[in-house]
This record gives sequence, structure tokens and C-alpha cells, in this order.
Amino acid sequence: MTATANLAARLGGAVGAEHMIAAEEELAAYAVDGFVPGAVVRPTSAEGAVEAVRFAVAEKLGLLPLGSRSKCEIGMAPSRYDVALDMTGVREIAHYDAGDLTLSVDAGMPLRELEIFLKRHGQFLPLAVPCFESTTAGGVIASGIDSALRMQYGTARDFLIGAEFVDGTGQLCKSGGRVVKNVTGYDLHKLLIGSLGTLGAITRVNFRTFPLPATSGGHVASFANCEGALSYKRSVEKAGLPLGNLEVLSPEVSRMIRAILQKCEASVPGALERKEWHVYSSYEGNEPVVQRISRDLERIAREAGAAHSEILEPAADDSLGGMLREAYEWLRWAGPATVICRLALPEVTPGILTKLSGLMDGELVRGAFLVRAMGTVYFAAVAEEVTEAAAVAFAKIALGAKWVAAANNGHASLLHAPTEVKSKLALAPESEKEFAFQQRIKLAFDPSSVFAPGRIVGGL
Amino acid sequence: MKSLLGARNVLDQTEDLILYEYDGSVEKARPDLVVFPHTTEEVSRVVKLALRYEVPVVGRGAGTGLSGGALARGGGVMIVFARMNKILEVDTDNCRAVVQPGVVNLDLTREVEHAGLYFAPDPSSAKSCTIGGNVAENAGGPHTLAYGVTANHVAALELVLPDGEIVRVGSRHGDVRGYDLCGLFVGSEGTLALVTEITVKLSRKAEAVKTLLAIFETIDHASQAVVEITARGITPAACEMLDGWTLRVVEDYIHAGFPRDSGAVLLLEVEGLREGVEGQAAAIEEVCRTCRAREVRVAKDERERDLLWKGRKNAFGALGRLAPSNYVLDGVIPRSKLPQALQRIRGIGEKFGFHVGNIFHAGDGNLHPIVLYDPRNQEQFEKAIAASHEIVRACVELGGALTGEHGVGMEKNELMTLSFSEADLALMLRVHDAMNPDSSLNPGKIFPLSKGCGEIRIKKKAGDMNA
Repeated sequence: MTATANLAARLGGAVGAEHMIAAEEELAAYAVDGFVPGAVVRPTSAEGAVEAVRFAVAEKLGLLPLGSRSKCEIGMAPSRYDVALDMTGVREIAHYDAGDLTLSVDAGMPLRELEIFLKRHGQFLPLAVPCFESTTAGGVIASGIDSALRMQYGTARDFLIGAEFVDGTGQLCKSGGRVVKNVTGYDLHKLLIGSLGTLGAITRVNFRTFPLPATSGGHVASFANCEGALSYKRSVEKAGLPLGNLEVLSPEVSRMIRAILQKCEASVPGALERKEWHVYSSYEGNEPVVQRISRDLERIAREAGAAHSEILEPAADDSLGGMLREAYEWLRWAGPATVICRLALPEVTPGILTKLSGLMDGELVRGAFLVRAMGTVYFAAVAEEVTEAAAVAFAKIALGAKWVAAANNGHASLLHAPTEVKSKLALAPESEKEFAFQQRIKLAFDPSSVFAPGRIVGGL
Repeated sequence: MKSLLGARNVLDQTEDLILYEYDGSVEKARPDLVVFPHTTEEVSRVVKLALRYEVPVVGRGAGTGLSGGALARGGGVMIVFARMNKILEVDTDNCRAVVQPGVVNLDLTREVEHAGLYFAPDPSSAKSCTIGGNVAENAGGPHTLAYGVTANHVAALELVLPDGEIVRVGSRHGDVRGYDLCGLFVGSEGTLALVTEITVKLSRKAEAVKTLLAIFETIDHASQAVVEITARGITPAACEMLDGWTLRVVEDYIHAGFPRDSGAVLLLEVEGLREGVEGQAAAIEEVCRTCRAREVRVAKDERERDLLWKGRKNAFGALGRLAPSNYVLDGVIPRSKLPQALQRIRGIGEKFGFHVGNIFHAGDGNLHPIVLYDPRNQEQFEKAIAASHEIVRACVELGGALTGEHGVGMEKNELMTLSFSEADLALMLRVHDAMNPDSSLNPGKIFPLSKGCGEIRIKKKAGDMNA
């Protein structure tokens, strides 16, 4: 019996053989950054997850909890990865109080199914996140990916009201609750957001839900350069309009979007035919509110000297809004090799974008920028060939992005990079003190380091 | 301590210390020393000195808290942040401000309102409570219904750890690298670290506001209206309820214009673009009328609006005229269960022989039942506590929580087991111990002492330190 088969058999003994995924080729589908686990367990209850974690603790194995695996490459490669804990089999709606607008759902529930369910009650969850078709409620929390609707609804931190999870001692724990306002005990569930599976295996998440808006609108303003686009974005922010999304698209991003939309014969906003910088706004409300916002945006665009301004048709708005929600997904596949960094900055200036562009000078890569509301920048560098030179250039670009962010009072994280690039990056935590602090949290949750060690920069 | 901070910044006489043995709760605990640092470095040095003498340290803002969070349960040194009250930076372009913990909540809004901005968390004590205290307790307020509690408005913190080390967490942007430590510290009730600087997110003032007063014959009709407003997906900026008994007391004192013969009123506010506010106000009015509101008034002007809010925000002061003391609870229930919850509270009051008043954040299900009692009457005091515990238990049974905005403190720590299992508390305690291993910081809070959790492990007296 091979070591892998042996592990699978013993784990099957603990959790039930029917919950094991055994075929070697299936194991390969659970690879993270090139590491293939020795066994995959797919429980159908939180108790099953508890058993799997207890087994891993007892056997001193590394275990990585996973959802649909659509974003498991965010973060660094795990330093130990023996068992994949596939949570997609734990997927019930545990509790829904439509009258209270609160929802408690198992970690493996896909967001798309949840959307359909909530829509029947005239509600929704404002998690407009990439890989929406497959992503799970637990996975999206662990990934920490931001939502395209954050300008209006905030991030998951603002509407995740509680969670249940298996901690590193194999106990099923919870924090928060099912009510919209609650300060009882420590908000441990907030630590799970962006924890990349390193603190616990999320089994259930509780959310505040929101009423579906009556109608929505979209607008694009186009500018000859990024100065014009960013200055317009600033004016829109200052106008205090209740926008769901406000994003600046570099010409390269627009070109990519146009190409994809044309390929799937979807409606393309006319503005994207122009090789300019575009600023997209989306908004919602009743008809008078939507009309008012459209009017104001047209006026602000005119005053900002926009080369073009356009209120989008519903079909074009849907396709552009959908593309921007999925930006992380298609940027990954924008070329044979891609690096995506996300920068969180207090303020985005043309100077910062110029510096980031400068990182690509002399390299055989092209760059694309997406500046989301609140100072979030998605910066992608795409190479046409996977070569050693490209890997070196990527490593330089990823590190450069970190420096640029730090120099501007912000920080950067690596959302995607080929495995060979990650291994070239000797990323150190930006603040030793803060890192030591994070380490204490990791130890409190996971004293024997069973969960996905190494996924967070610095080795947590 | 005196050589560290100067004699002016240290209190050690009993007559001074007794002023600091109270907060807004029914609890009492006297510190051995009270100090007033001016800088983060001073806070760090005070903490290090206290550590050397093995005495506990507790932080305090304005002492308006309602759960005993800012009381020195284990004696020791109380760090009062009143003199760290500078607004260090305001960035109106990017809606950020950096403040010291002793800045009064409303003072920040006053500082930035010229730019059309404000600080959203608005506890009733906004005129006196500090932002450091708001962070420690994750404070709410009437308008958190639409805009979220303090945690939603904090981007970064500077902290002094129990060993005196100074650390920064979070980022000016708000997104974090690694774990969301800022999210953990906001609302940790001063049991993990002392907050010495806060980067807050400022909000933009809405262009239009409409304040409505819906008047009902019975509290059942009023709570049904709240259920209906919530279920229809209308989110007012605020939705407050006063029952008839409470509003009569308030009206006698404030003359806010609440109708004395009504069973309950809802004070509702809608904000946003002019075009949206009109529609929302009309929808709310329709719901209220369907739920048998006797009348729905719209505040005509700023003056009338301010008066209505004055009635709401000063209600607890008005109730103070009826009894020597009152016990304000803070349970939360699912909004769909509001009528049942209020019925149960009425029943519990009757059982213990109290009239329980209700003035609360109805829109987010955050109840504030008020039990009036005389603390000098030991039997009555004990009955008030027993009634309160039963109310909290009822909230949890209805699917709710112990506390919505006041915190657990030393008031509800023994009730934590109603909501949390041993495994939940064990993990919370490990997180506590990871930051505050000796419980030297704010001991005896949050965790049930009866379970052997969160014991007060540091016991030496502070007398020697005062050299």
C-alpha cells in the first residue's frame, strides 16, 4: 500500500470511507500551488469536519479546508498539505428569518444558489465576488476577496454577524450570533475573513441580508488619460452619491473586457470601443433616484472634461458590471502567465499608477489597472510567454508593487502568480511587531499548526 | 507614577478615587491609583511600571459605559484618557481622521462637519463619551441601523499591549494584511490592549433628512409596524421606540412633543437623496397606518427634529427623576420577534413587581428595558438583578444576544454561558491569554469567573508604586 493510500484508508476509518475521495486523478484537482494532498475528505456535516480535523491533529498532518477551490491560490503555498477538507458537501441553509433579514448558512453553500434562494424573498447578499458561479459562502470568507459592491455595502466584515468553525484543537466553536447587532464576546468570526484556512475550518456563516433594490443604473465616462479619470472619480466621490460601484479601467483592461464580451456575444458598452480610460459607476434605488444619479454623473463628467459620457443600457450595464465583479478571474487568464497584485491605498494618484507602470519598463509584459472605490487597485502584469525571464520580471514587479504601496501609506497583496514566481518571492512580513501579533492569534486558534501552515506571508 | 507623569496627572487620595469607582452601570469598584497620560509613550511607561509591581491596569474614557467595562474590578491603576483628547489629523478628501482615544465622540463630528462629513456612531452619550471608549465597547447608537456600529468605521488602531509594547494594526485604507486584528480589538472591552490612537472612517452627510413620529394606541401596534417596515425591506436611518409610560416621563421633563395619551411612538428617520427620501417616508407612513398608527407626524423643520431627538437622547436622564437608580438592559432579539419579546418583558416585570420601561433601537432589535429600583433597598436591588437576568435569558431564547452595544463587562459575564459553549469560551480565553496572559489588563471582565475563566490573577496593591 502506498503512503497515500495508507493515509486515505486510515482517514476513511476515522471519518467514514464514503466521505473519502480516493482516485489519484481526483486528488490532483485539489493541488494548491503544485502541492497535491495525500487524501481528500468531503464530509456532509460539521461533525464530519470535526472528525477530519481531530484525525489530522492526532497524526500531526497539515490540513487545508477548501470550498469550490476557485480562489485557493490566493496566498502563499502551504508548507505542509496532507489532507484537503472539501466543505462543499456541507451545504444546508441552517436558518433564515426573512423578516429579520438574517441568514445562517453552511460553509459549502454556493453563492449562486443562495442568490436564487434569497431572490425569492426579495433579498440578496452584497457579496459581488469573482468566480461567483462556483464560489461557496465559507470559501469567500476565507479568501478575503473584496466585493465589487463594497462602496455601498462594505466588505464581508460589515455584514458577517457570526460563524461556526472547527478550531485547531478539533472543537466546534462559534462567535457572534444571528442578530444584526451584537457585541457579546470577541468577534472571532472577523478573524476568519481572509484567514486563508489557517485559523479553522469554517462550517457555517451568519449574514445580515439586504432588500433587493427596485431598479439599477450604470454610467461610463471616458477620459484621454488617467489624470482625467482619477480626477473625475474624486469629484464623484465628493458628490456623495450613493453608488454601488465606482471603478476606473485602464485602456488595457477595457480592451480585455471588450474582447471577452465580444467572444461570448454579450452586449458591449459603446464607450469601451474607445481606447481611453473609463470610469464605471453603478447605482440602484427607485426610478427617481436612479434617474437623478444618472443626471448628476452626466453633469460631473461634463464638468470634468470627459471625452465621452454614456448612460448604459440595462444589458450593457449587466455585462460590464458582471465583468468587473469577475475581474480577478479573467485577469488570471489574460495571458499565458499573469501576476495580480491588489493594493490598498489611502488615496490613488496618477503618480502611483505611473510608478507601477514603471515596474514593467524594459520587460516583455503588459500591465492593466483597475482602480476600485476606496483606494483599492488591482494591478495585473501579463506575459506572452512563460519563460525564466518572465518569472524573474514577475517577481520584480510583485516586490515593486509592495514597495510602491508601502511608500504611499498602503500595502499590497499577491492575489495570483505562477507557482514558480511565488517560489522566487522571499516575502517578509511588512511589520515584525504586527507579525508577532498575528502569530499569537494563529497559536490561540491552532496550537499544533494543523491548518494550512505557511499560507500567510511570514509563514503562518 | 508621580515621577513618571508629574503629580498633577496622578490621583491617589480616597476622596478623588471614589469618583472613579462608578460608571454608567450598577457596578462599583475602586482603583488604587488614577493616572492621566498625555501620550502613547506615557501610557506604555505606565503599563510597564504597573507590570513591574504586578498591579492590574484598566483603561477608561468618559466612564459612560453601562456594563462596568471601565471599572477597576481588581483594583490597581486606572488610565483615564481624558487628556489624550487631540484630533491629530483630518483628511477630508479621503474621509479619514486620526484621533487620540480621549476625543469626545461629538467633537469629531463638529470638527469635520464644515466639509459635509461626520462620524457615524452616535451613542446617546455622544456629547460626553470618548471615541476610545466607543472602540473598546464597539458602541452603537440610533443611526447604526443604517450605518453600522463603531467597528464599521474604524480603519486602524495604535495599541499598547499589556507588556507595554506599542503596536499598530489595520491600515489607513481599512483593508488588512493577514488577520483582521482591528476587527478583533474593536469591542474587546479593553481586555486585550489599550487603544492609544484611532484612524476612523468619516461619512458624508446625506443631502436630505426626514424625521417622522408615528403615534400608536398600543405598544403591540408599534412593534408590529417595526416588524412590517423591516420585512418590507425599508431601511430607515433610525427607528426608535418609546413606550407610553416612558414617553410620558420624558415629555414631563423635555417637552419634546410626544403625545402623552399614546401607547407608544416610533421615532423614524430617513436619509439620502431627496428623490429617495420622499419615497421612503411615504412607504413608512403607509406601513404605520396599516399597523393602526393613530397619527404620523413629519418634523416641519430642524428645530422640531432636534426636539424629538432631544426627547429620545435624554430619556434616561428623565427616568432618573422617578427612582434613585435604573438598570438599563441591552439584549438583542430578531426583529421578527419584537412583539413577543416585549410581551415577555412585560410579564417578567409583573412577576418581580417592577414596571419595566422600554426605550430602544427597535429597527435593529436592540432592546433597552429599564428597571427602576432603589439601590439602598437590598431586596429590591437583588430583585432588579434577577428580573434583568430573566429578561436577558428571554432574549437569548428568542434567538438573540446578551448585549447589542453596551458590552458584557462585569455585568453580564456570568451570563456568557447562555450564548456560548465551553469550547467557544475556551477559544475566546486562549485569544485573551495570547494578548493578555496575566489578565493584568482589565481583569474580571467578559469571561464568567464562576467557570474559572478570566480570573483576576494579579492581586498586589498599588500603594508602593506611588513613589
